[in-house]
Amino acid sequence: MAHKKRKVPELNSTSTADIAFIMLIFFLITSTMNVDSGITRILPPPLDPTMTPPEIRKRNLLEVRINSADMMLVKGKPADISELRDITKMFISNRNNSEEWSEKREVEIPLLGGTYMASRGIISLQNDRGTSYNMYLQVQNELAAAINELRNELSKEQFGVSFTDLIDQAKIEAIQKAIPVSISEAEPENIGGNN
Amino acid sequence: MSKFVSKEQKEVPGLSTSSLPDIVFMMLFFFMMVVSMRESNILVQQSMPQASEAQKLEKKSLVSFIYIGAPLDKKLGTEARIQLNDQFATPASIAEFIASEREARDEVDRKLLTTALKVDKDVKMGVVVDVKQELRKSSAFKISYAAAERKDKR
Repeated sequence: MAHKKRKVPELNSTSTADIAFIMLIFFLITSTMNVDSGITRILPPPLDPTMTPPEIRKRNLLEVRINSADMMLVKGKPADISELRDITKMFISNRNNSEEWSEKREVEIPLLGGTYMASRGIISLQNDRGTSYNMYLQVQNELAAAINELRNELSKEQFGVSFTDLIDQAKIEAIQKAIPVSISEAEPENIGGNN
Repeated sequence: MSKFVSKEQKEVPGLSTSSLPDIVFMMLFFFMMVVSMRESNILVQQSMPQASEAQKLEKKSLVSFIYIGAPLDKKLGTEARIQLNDQFATPASIAEFIASEREARDEVDRKLLTTALKVDKDVKMGVVVDVKQELRKSSAFKISYAAAERKDKR
């Protein structure tokens, strides 16, 4: 019988591209690219020594002080970091118009139905030179969390989505105007601190 | 009967996919180029505190970093030091650093420049406050306290 010359069948290589794609996507997703994240804040411009600071009524001021042993005073009373968020939310929102928490003022925000009763409250944050950075950041974080939660609540109430999911820039600005980040940082003390 | 219609059905030739791997490779190389590696080698300890409200820094090209922490080299002591670019610095040289960072950017972007403070969590606030005062003086108002993201418990 005659021996037929058989050709070696060629390997189908159409799927190599797909394999390469899958690898590319896998590496794209898994590589973290060490993304930097942080809490963004705007520093105030340097103080004008000739200017007198404006009078702020006591009820409009939430005084948060941290000492060199990382202990915290809120409105003159010792408080734990876990309480700070709720205190801040209560201070800013003040739904019952209690005498204890901040006053309201009318702000024109057309997107929120004309006038909105925004808080006059200012959070005054004072730390010692000996305060640890970790503690300072945790306090900043809790304050930011309180403001974000209030913004989310307002946004859900008005627009039906949480603040972080808002896309419309005008709506974002309206919410930001209604609940501003009003944190004032006092010049630090140096009482119990050794740098 | 129209004379343009041929009687036999012509088959559409199959698309050649032999160049697909090349395209994928090109993409791979592109991403490899774009991913920025760490620019300066860190001389100070950097263990970030965690924060649930931390947000991603958006434009990396518009961020300049100030590292603060105890030196990694134990011979240099344990006191917190400031690192700008590749070397240790004093608070007084921050103004110069900010100026040079601004110089390196387009004029349009200069206002958007953010200073990221990468501070070790054991550092005392004294150093950080000094740095912040210097930043205020050189009107670099936009800052970001670097923190690792944390899933919130509540």
